[in-house]
Amino acid sequence: PCLPFLPKFPAFDDLYCKYCFVYGHDWAPTTGLEEGISQITSKNRDAQQALVWNFPIDITFKSTNPSGWPQIVVSVYGPDLFGNDVVRGYGAVHVPFTPGSHRRTIPMFVPESTSKLQKITSWLIGRHPEFTDPKVVAQGEGREVITVRSQGFVTISFNVVTKDMKKLGYDVSPSDMQNPSVVSLTDGIHNH
Amino acid sequence: MAVWSVKVLIVANMNFNEESQMMAMEELLGEDQAQAEKLKRTLRAQRRRRKQPLLEAVGPAVLPAEEEAEKDRAGMAAPAAAARAPRSLPPVPSTSRTSFAEFSIRERMREKLKAARSKAESALLQEGPSPRPRHLKSLRQRESETRWDKESDEDESRHMQEDESQMSSRVKFCDSVKKLKQKSHVQTDFPSAEEAYNFFTFNFGPEPDNIKDETKSKKKSESNQEEEEGEEQESIVSHQQEQTEDEMDEEDCLVNDREDLFIIDQMARDFLVVKPADYRSYSERLQKEREILFTPSILTVPMSQKVPENMQPRYLEDEGLYTGERPIVSLSNQNILENRILRQEQGKRWFGDDGKLLALPSPIKQSSTRPPIFSLEEGIEPELETLYRKAMKPMHANQYIVGSRDPQGQFQLDIDISGLIFTHHPCFSREHVLAAKLAQLYDQYLARRQQNLTKLLTDKLHALRNAVQSSLDNSGTNVPNPVAQQSVTEYKFVIRQTRRLRDAEQEKDRTLLKTIIKVWKEMKSLRDFQKFTNTPMKLYLRKEEVDQRSDKKIHEAEIQAEINELLEEYMEEYEKKMEEYKTELQEWKSWKKAQKTKKKKKIKQSQDQEEEEAEESEYGEEPVKPIPPKLANRLEVEQQVREKAVNIRRKPGESVLIPELSLTGSVTPNDLCPRAEVLRREDVKKRSVFLKVLFNTKEVSRTVTRQISSDFRVHFGQIFNLKIFNWPESLKLQIYETMGLSSTNLLAEMFIPVPETTVLTGRARTEEIEFSSNQRVMLDHEGVGSGVPFSFEADGSNKITLMTSGKVSNSVSWAIGENGVPLIPLVSQQKTGIPSALKNIDAVASIGTSGLTDMKKLAKWAAETKLDPNDPKNADLMQLIMVATNGDACVPGFFRLEQLQQEFNFASDEELNRSKRFRLLQLRHREVAEFRNYRQVPLLEREITEKLFENYEKRLRERDVIDSKDHLDAHRALVAKYLQKVRESVINRFLTAKHHFLLSDLVNEEEVPSLGNLGLSLFKLAEPKRPLKPRRKERKKITAQNLSDGDINLLVNIIRAYDIPVRKPILSKLQQPSRSSRSFNEMFAASPSLQSPTHSIDWAFNQALVHPFVEVSFQRTVCRTTTAEGPNPNWNEELELPFRAPNGDYSTTSLQSVKDEVFINIFDEVLYDVLEDDRERGSGIHTRVERHWLGCVRIPFSTIYFQTRIDGTFKIDIPPVLLGYGKEKNLGNERGYDSVRSLSEGSYITLFITIEPQLIPGDPVREKFDTQEDEKLLQAAEKYQAECALKFPSRQCLTTVVDINGKTVFITRYIKPLNPPQELLNGHPNNSQAAAELVARYVALIPFLPDSVSFAGICDLWSTSDQFLDLLAGDEEEHAVLLCNYFLAMGKKAWLIIGNAIPEIWFNIQQYDSPVRINFDISKPKLWKSFFSQSLPYPGLSSVQPEELIYQRIDKAAALELQGRIEKILKEKIMEWRPRHLTRWNRYCTSTLRHFLPLLEQFQGKAVEDDHQAELQKQLGDYRVSGFPIHMPFSEVKPLIEAVHSTGVHTIDISNAEFALAVYVHAYPKNVLSVWIYIASLVRSR
Repeated sequence: PCLPFLPKFPAFDDLYCKYCFVYGHDWAPTTGLEEGISQITSKNRDAQQALVWNFPIDITFKSTNPSGWPQIVVSVYGPDLFGNDVVRGYGAVHVPFTPGSHRRTIPMFVPESTSKLQKITSWLIGRHPEFTDPKVVAQGEGREVITVRSQGFVTISFNVVTKDMKKLGYDVSPSDMQNPSVVSLTDGIHNH
Repeated sequence: MAVWSVKVLIVANMNFNEESQMMAMEELLGEDQAQAEKLKRTLRAQRRRRKQPLLEAVGPAVLPAEEEAEKDRAGMAAPAAAARAPRSLPPVPSTSRTSFAEFSIRERMREKLKAARSKAESALLQEGPSPRPRHLKSLRQRESETRWDKESDEDESRHMQEDESQMSSRVKFCDSVKKLKQKSHVQTDFPSAEEAYNFFTFNFGPEPDNIKDETKSKKKSESNQEEEEGEEQESIVSHQQEQTEDEMDEEDCLVNDREDLFIIDQMARDFLVVKPADYRSYSERLQKEREILFTPSILTVPMSQKVPENMQPRYLEDEGLYTGERPIVSLSNQNILENRILRQEQGKRWFGDDGKLLALPSPIKQSSTRPPIFSLEEGIEPELETLYRKAMKPMHANQYIVGSRDPQGQFQLDIDISGLIFTHHPCFSREHVLAAKLAQLYDQYLARRQQNLTKLLTDKLHALRNAVQSSLDNSGTNVPNPVAQQSVTEYKFVIRQTRRLRDAEQEKDRTLLKTIIKVWKEMKSLRDFQKFTNTPMKLYLRKEEVDQRSDKKIHEAEIQAEINELLEEYMEEYEKKMEEYKTELQEWKSWKKAQKTKKKKKIKQSQDQEEEEAEESEYGEEPVKPIPPKLANRLEVEQQVREKAVNIRRKPGESVLIPELSLTGSVTPNDLCPRAEVLRREDVKKRSVFLKVLFNTKEVSRTVTRQISSDFRVHFGQIFNLKIFNWPESLKLQIYETMGLSSTNLLAEMFIPVPETTVLTGRARTEEIEFSSNQRVMLDHEGVGSGVPFSFEADGSNKITLMTSGKVSNSVSWAIGENGVPLIPLVSQQKTGIPSALKNIDAVASIGTSGLTDMKKLAKWAAETKLDPNDPKNADLMQLIMVATNGDACVPGFFRLEQLQQEFNFASDEELNRSKRFRLLQLRHREVAEFRNYRQVPLLEREITEKLFENYEKRLRERDVIDSKDHLDAHRALVAKYLQKVRESVINRFLTAKHHFLLSDLVNEEEVPSLGNLGLSLFKLAEPKRPLKPRRKERKKITAQNLSDGDINLLVNIIRAYDIPVRKPILSKLQQPSRSSRSFNEMFAASPSLQSPTHSIDWAFNQALVHPFVEVSFQRTVCRTTTAEGPNPNWNEELELPFRAPNGDYSTTSLQSVKDEVFINIFDEVLYDVLEDDRERGSGIHTRVERHWLGCVRIPFSTIYFQTRIDGTFKIDIPPVLLGYGKEKNLGNERGYDSVRSLSEGSYITLFITIEPQLIPGDPVREKFDTQEDEKLLQAAEKYQAECALKFPSRQCLTTVVDINGKTVFITRYIKPLNPPQELLNGHPNNSQAAAELVARYVALIPFLPDSVSFAGICDLWSTSDQFLDLLAGDEEEHAVLLCNYFLAMGKKAWLIIGNAIPEIWFNIQQYDSPVRINFDISKPKLWKSFFSQSLPYPGLSSVQPEELIYQRIDKAAALELQGRIEKILKEKIMEWRPRHLTRWNRYCTSTLRHFLPLLEQFQGKAVEDDHQAELQKQLGDYRVSGFPIHMPFSEVKPLIEAVHSTGVHTIDISNAEFALAVYVHAYPKNVLSVWIYIASLVRSR
């Protein structure tokens, strides 16, 4: 299972992305990396000019509580006009609750400079404002003090397998599915 | 072709004229080209046709002289034509008709042509020079035109023919006359319009040949018509012919012209008179002008001219009346106007009382009420732009809307206004008045007769009497029945009442009849008097003969019965009165008696007493003697009854009179009436009436205007169908009267009730609604007017005044739709009456929105409106109301914010409380310390052990319970608890503050480089890449968010140390005896010397040496440097220690509260030769390494955390006694300056400590605290701070601090002289220096506890000195403040140096900020900036400190107890630390040490070393002792243990090592305790 990122950043090229997972206290990753950096991808030559990473991520969580369901935080970076590595967007999305294949398109955004002058200088210097921690985009706190500008989209496809959710009283499967009792060896929720 | 077209155009114009004439249309010449084109086409065809008849009529031979010929042959043409056109219609004309037609047509023509002339002229001008006179052609054109027209309309064509014939005849006439009169016209070549005009306007008198012409032409036309079809080929011929005609005309004209010209010339000469130019001299002109012209002066008009004579101007404004603001007119203009006005007649009228021109107040508003609208070019603001919207039917905007959901829901109200009757009208004649009265009375009579109350009551009376009679009969025969008796009396009572009623009714009937007759008589007399009749009213009195005898009999019987009844009544009354009389008489008699006895008494007692008299007078008036009632006389009664009967009843035998009113009378015709009456009648005729129907005060329709008929009835008979949307609020009729053509006069208004919903069209009854008007109308004819008194009498007495009044008969009903459904608003079906309907239409409207929540109100409303519970529309409401009225759901008296919350609660509160898991989650969410970062809350209830909560619960439980176990001292435990509480509250406060974010917390943003920065960075480019002396660079800071264990390291860079104590050279002195005796002297020796005690060279080599190394222990992780040599070692080593945050929580808060300390211990590495045998020395080295603790430096982690780095030289905390070590002796070897320095005291170590990666220390709390300080002072403080910060940004400047209650306090308030403990002062009564030292020591003994540790969050809390002493813990501020206060109390000058001074705040504005370099002379303003200055004098702030500190007495016993306990604990600990070895305690040594300790305390650890050593040596002969005393202020046991552990005494792993440990606790006042721990290890030397 892989995570093809299909970002739509119209003006940028040669982007790479960093991802990390944000989860609650009752969650713990069992396998896989919770943080990582993808390869650099270039624009497609076709009309769409999509940037495709097709970067696979494999992670398994276990949890005792649905609260704090993991979110994937994606931050995209790329060189600017002068070759400085600048951030091109932050975005976060919850890992789908229901087992199966999902496709999520995350709108990305970047923090805005506090003033026009800042904007110019940051452009000149090549240091755009960045979040001190990309995980803030997955949190509710502190949003009131920042201004962001939206910028592109990233598409992530998830393949989710859950285990023993039903047993513990959580019915996450879609209603039309015939109650697939997934018997897996690992105790937890898989997110491929 | 050009000629053609032009010609045609003209023709067309003319033609058009004619046409328009015919059609009576106002279209005129030269309309437009298109029309002309059309006409052109038609005319061409016409012309072709036209040629034919002409040819026929005149014949080819006579063509050139057509005109003349025609005229000449006028007489004979008719028969010829008649012969030629046998089929033609008979000639219509009759004399009168022609004349009439001629007249009217001439008139019209004249008008038309006048208008047309100008147009035609202009058209002709365009046409250019055209040689042909057009009149003939145009005439022909006319002919042809009419002919053509005739095809379509016969009737019209007849007129046309007449007209045309006349025209033709006139043209002919004109032509003949032209030669004589109109020469000029012909000459001009433009005859058409003008000529035509003259032609038509001139009156030529009767023309006998007209008719003939007409007929002829008509015939011509007739023939034309017939032969139309075959004409087309001849068009060319006709054209040629035409041309020849034209030529002919021309010739004629030319002949005529000559004559005309001649005449005109002659005229001109005759009339011309030459005169000199008229000239008037300038002065003369001026004179004249002065007469005519007037130049108003601009001087102010004197007041006297403006106000009426002999009057003072009156200023209304001064009198308090409102005058308004006059429009602004410039003074000069005003003056001019005034002057001008005054010249006029009655000019003064223009001036008001105040002598000013009358003026209305200025109507111009001060500000514009309309937003400025800019023109399109400038670009309108988008929101101001006018948009076109298609007109829409207004949606029903108000609440009166009926059934808005149904677009078809139009409801219809049918209003039928059938007519109007005036009961009085100004135009009423007297007779009318009477007639109206009569009619009214008659109506009344009819109504009464219908009711027939009299008859009813009479019957009732009879029945009652019969009943009484029968019951009496019964009672007479049988035993008296009380029930019957009762009923009889009741009957009688009812009979009386009924009789009375009947009498009243009878009387009314009688009077009514009488009045009717009277009025009728009056009317008759009036008719006789005025000798004409106005009304058709006639009253017949029908007599109904009655049977005299029976009537009399009945009458008599009636009277008798009544008499009897009355008598009976009177009897009863009499009896009653008699009864009363008797009682009264009795009373009177008794009174009389009493009076008599009194009188007797009076007589007896000659001497009169005043008292009695008074009594007597009090007794009251003498009661009147009652009069006995009279018995009713039968005769009297009978008379009475009879009289009444005569009055109110028909006489017996008299015939019954039945009045009948009929309208059969004849009204006198106008010519027989007097003038006034005729006028009246005409006036009435002029008047007409109409009604307006107003729905919701808006006029919706009005009736036709109808004349008032002579009987003042107006019939309308109109039905208005009102389609309504809105609720019928009101339905009103307005009656208007119009007089002649003008003046519409509102007579009266009346309201019609909106019908009940059951009233449907077809079933509605016609109702009469009365109206009246209070208008006063006076008329000058026979009409009596309205509101004007008039009289029927000849003498004018008995005046009556009548108002215009009348009745409108109408009916209002709801219409029925096509399918039989009544078009009634739905809701109104449940309603009665309009107001309620209005109210009930909508719940919201009727009870208001607030009412909707009020169930009671809603229910009440529902009950009132009688909502249909079965109506699905009301289902919701009914349900709601049902619930409300049942009382199941009580309406809460509060407003619920989240009323659905309960539904979303997935578990009840009890469940939540019961469940351990939920509890755990909740606690974690609340960030309770124990659970703040608890991970992986178990999934199932059973997996959560009770143990989890134990700590927490215990803490909760023991919050108030003081546990002395940990603290060994009750007081300290108390303090600890208190501190804990304060800490908790403060932490809670900061936890909330933590969730406030700043932009900088979240976003990393490069600062805008200032010019200086830019320059600096440019400068940096020039820096060498690898400088010889590299400086530390700022590193990137990391927020403690994404950190985990192992991420953070503590970097400790040990650079060098100075003056490390060295092994005592005393050993060398002892060398000799040791050698000989193999004695125990090694025990004090530094290790290397022992390698070979026999080799003195070795000793000499070794003796200067100390092998120090540094061991850094942090969080029980230990790291050490390599061993260096000498007392001034240089390590320059970097040690890395991992840092673990408590609970793995790397948040700022938890990092701030890390209490761990970094211990930097300096050890001496001592090598012992363990070789037992000297012989083996050559082959092997057996040494044991021992380390001896020399000293330590403790640095709290918090300090590192907040400072981010620690860089500097620190004094090593070396115990006062270090057995076997000394310093001063080895100084000789050192270089000069070193020795000088080290002479001072202590050893130093240079360190650099930092955290990797750099953590961002918590931000200062941004919250502003409450304060009780003066606002002004605070502002000044802020300003002061800002100023200082500007100058020296790196220096701290404090003006206000936060006290322990979280309030901002001005810093100087802390400074106040406070008495130090008396005991301390007593110790050195004379030596103030010593006392000061003691005091300082005392202060230093109070444990140090940084604020940031106790209060996580960087808020610097300052506690007052007493609080400080109570807590027995505090940070540098508290210590400093206390010490400062003590010194002040001791009369010393003291300052608190934080960058501020005492008692004022001073800011160091010197160049340097390190303490030693500061010049403390505050009097130099150059160096110290004062906070309080002249501008802000010291306000004498009261101190927050207590007046006096109270010290508890020293509790020696407690100290002793504590001492024992500490010792025990420490011993246990040491044993615990050495699990693999047996720990032996050398009791002897311990007791020795215990003796040392009080001395140490006494001398404060100074220079007692030698004594100890000697003593020990003396006492413990064969032991190698290494040990030292540790001194600490006491706060808790734990730090003591830590300290002992850090020395590493326990690490000795020699099997036979023994230990000695002694503790001494010295108590100072206020429970300040100084703890001494003497610890030593002993190794038995063989």
